[in-house]
Amino acid sequence: MLIITVLILISVAVALIFLIAFFWAVKSGQYDDTYSPSVRMLFDDEKNKNEETSKNGNKPKS
Amino acid sequence: MSFSNMGVVMENEVTPPTNDGKLLCYHCGETCQNECLQVDDKFFCCLGCKTVYEILNENGLCSYYDFENNPGITLKNIVENDKYAFLENDKISHQLSDFISEKQQNITLFIPSIHCSSCIWLLENLYRLKEGVNQSRVHFSKKQLTLQFDPTIIPLREVVETLVSIGYEPQITLDTHKKDKVKKEDTSLLLKIAVAGFCFGNIMLLAFPEYFGFDDVNSELKQFFSYISLFLSLPIVLYAASDYFKSALKGFNQRYVNIDVPIVLGIITLFSRSVYEILSQTGNGYLDSLSGLLFFLLIGKWFQSKTYQGLSFERDYKSYFPMAINKLIDNVPTPIPVNDIEIGDKIIVKNNELIPVDGVLLSDYANIDYSFVTGESIPVRKNIKEYIYAGGKQRGSSIEILVEKSVSQSYLTQLWNNDTFTSQEEDSNTFINNISKYFTLAILIIAFSSGFVWYVTDPSKVINVFTAVLIVACPCALALSSPFTLGNTLRVFGKLGLYLKNTSVIEKLSKITHVVFDKTGTITYNDQSQIHYDGVELSSIEKEMFSSLSSQSSHPLSKMIFKYLDEKSTLNVESFTEIIGAGIEGIVKNCNCKMGSGEFVLEKNEVNNIIKETRVYISIDGDVKGCYLIQNKYRKRIKSVMGQLSENYGLSILSGDNDSERERLKQLFLDTTEMRFNQLPDDKLNYVAELQKQNNVMMFGDGLNDAGALKQSNVGIVVAENVNNFTPASDGIMDAKLFEQLPALLKFSRSAKYIVYASFVLSFVYNVVGLSFAVMGNLTPVFAAILMPLSSISVVLFTTFAVNFKAKNLF
Repeated sequence: MLIITVLILISVAVALIFLIAFFWAVKSGQYDDTYSPSVRMLFDDEKNKNEETSKNGNKPKS
Repeated sequence: MSFSNMGVVMENEVTPPTNDGKLLCYHCGETCQNECLQVDDKFFCCLGCKTVYEILNENGLCSYYDFENNPGITLKNIVENDKYAFLENDKISHQLSDFISEKQQNITLFIPSIHCSSCIWLLENLYRLKEGVNQSRVHFSKKQLTLQFDPTIIPLREVVETLVSIGYEPQITLDTHKKDKVKKEDTSLLLKIAVAGFCFGNIMLLAFPEYFGFDDVNSELKQFFSYISLFLSLPIVLYAASDYFKSALKGFNQRYVNIDVPIVLGIITLFSRSVYEILSQTGNGYLDSLSGLLFFLLIGKWFQSKTYQGLSFERDYKSYFPMAINKLIDNVPTPIPVNDIEIGDKIIVKNNELIPVDGVLLSDYANIDYSFVTGESIPVRKNIKEYIYAGGKQRGSSIEILVEKSVSQSYLTQLWNNDTFTSQEEDSNTFINNISKYFTLAILIIAFSSGFVWYVTDPSKVINVFTAVLIVACPCALALSSPFTLGNTLRVFGKLGLYLKNTSVIEKLSKITHVVFDKTGTITYNDQSQIHYDGVELSSIEKEMFSSLSSQSSHPLSKMIFKYLDEKSTLNVESFTEIIGAGIEGIVKNCNCKMGSGEFVLEKNEVNNIIKETRVYISIDGDVKGCYLIQNKYRKRIKSVMGQLSENYGLSILSGDNDSERERLKQLFLDTTEMRFNQLPDDKLNYVAELQKQNNVMMFGDGLNDAGALKQSNVGIVVAENVNNFTPASDGIMDAKLFEQLPALLKFSRSAKYIVYASFVLSFVYNVVGLSFAVMGNLTPVFAAILMPLSSISVVLFTTFAVNFKAKNLF
């Protein structure tokens, strides 16, 4: 039965880690703006592509 | 998407995006009306849109147009060249900045026109447009742009002007710099929910053996489980529940019993009895119920606290006023902060600038548009030495004003010195608090009397029964019914276009007995007028002559008449003159055509001074043809809206204008409607206060002049054509399109009240069931652990379905 005790302590500890991670996420402002990051991550690709084309000397097509 | 497909099929043929056969601007998506400009294969509605496209095209930023169709902002209102000259003033620049050093300056700007993903992309790629901008970041829901730039390469003024040139004009006003450190959003509720959820889940898990009645689990392990649960429940009682303790205590201090009192009573009893049972090894306690209770309660609180970040309900005149004004120092205009204006200063007000103080006009004449104050968009002419009130906008060339009063003492701003604006009343008279005192009293009576009965029959069970009653009566479902009903209602309103400050406004809405409307801009369209021609029938040649003449002027009345005539304007106008505040004249087809006010067009003896409405007379070679009557255009279906409203509410109309529209209003409203004209902002406030002696008053307004009445009324709603525009402080902002649905909206708020009452009844039923068990002394932890979530969830489901069902029926 000792094993159950140990397992429970471990599971609570793991859950605690996630709780702390959530605290950190909230405090660091990750939930302040939920819209712009979702579109921002799509921009990077676009930007690189443009930079590449302008490096090649081709003006990006309008 | 379909456009590009069309392009493929039709090869090289140019197919501009159309909407019902009309040309749409590639930049802003508006229909191209008068002019249509073409670059490459794109069409633009105006020079502004075309310029933006060209700027973006030169800098390889045309991906802007890939994210959304026609994302741009129309640039029809072109900004004066030196409007932002004041940003060169160091003091102002410092006030605005978040951080400033030699090589770096950080600033956060509010840009109302941010509206789509293209906006985010363009604004965050600002560094590619202007050297010196290091970083820019958009906070979409707050419509804010945080900029980091090097002021040695690019000064603040240029950064702002760049933003303006691409259509993202920031709002820099007097209260922008009020850096009370933009209140950090309150995240503590979210954290409390997380803690409660975490503890609830784990305690529940540990309680499972108990639920399933595994008696063969050895008692040492059971003991261990209980101790862990007890340990996990500490953060719940000490941290997650802290708001309830505070609120109950506050209620006690103010001598009223709010709903948090029975909740706190329940929490304390649950916790202390559990501690006792666990330590004395007589049972497992009710910790699972306790943590579940708080988890649900906190979710309800969070659901109720929905706010609209992009909108502000707290604006006062400071939001309307500019940061700086040009003061004449040794005859040189120098920008100074508005608050530094002193009596006796001479200030210069440029085209489209707001006049921040009361003063005397030193220039020969001014053409002042008081639409901010009165809602009336047609400018008024003022002559030299005339007194000018703050709040108007100069239209035309710059004017000079001698300051008579400081900003805070001016006519318009004085309204904010009224007591209404300084008193902060907190309304505790909510649905739930009304019944909570009876509820608490009833519980205490039941607990004590059943305890007494058991004391007589079986004294060993007294404590057991007494605590069981307090536990099971803990009004979890009751406390959830109101937040979820009102929270859902708030969301339904928000989807329709009525944005309320918070849920308590809905409760106040349901109690309204009298509705007061402002006239101009509220029940009339702000940007449209109705034109009525009165006079000799014009031939089509004559119409074309006047159309050509009016096309020369940018005065709003000329534009309106031009649109009304709807004729070609190809005729040549010679020796065109415009006399501001009077009219225009010119020679068309060798005839001297005149348009303008009575004084301008008519002979002296014909001028009728009694006429109150706006009239534009026209004449050809001195022969007066007739006049155009410019009338307010009332909102669609206003008659039926008012008819329906008058069945349940008293109605009044307040207008800052003269009573020229009285007869027309009488046709639209019932005889019982009270109409008052020539109302000053103070009069409106006092009228509402007078009505409040017998009524709960709701006020609809739109401009700064209604601000006092909006604040004084029980519910003050601003009607806005564009909800992101500046609106005075209020309890809610309503999209003007929603006006025809007003009766349904009010009906909906009343049905929200009935849904709350119905869910009260539902939760009482649960309480009665639970209490009957508790009184008999049969309450087991498992039963409590099932009853509490069951009642909460069913109440939440009931209110959610009821509100949405009702909304579907009404809208």
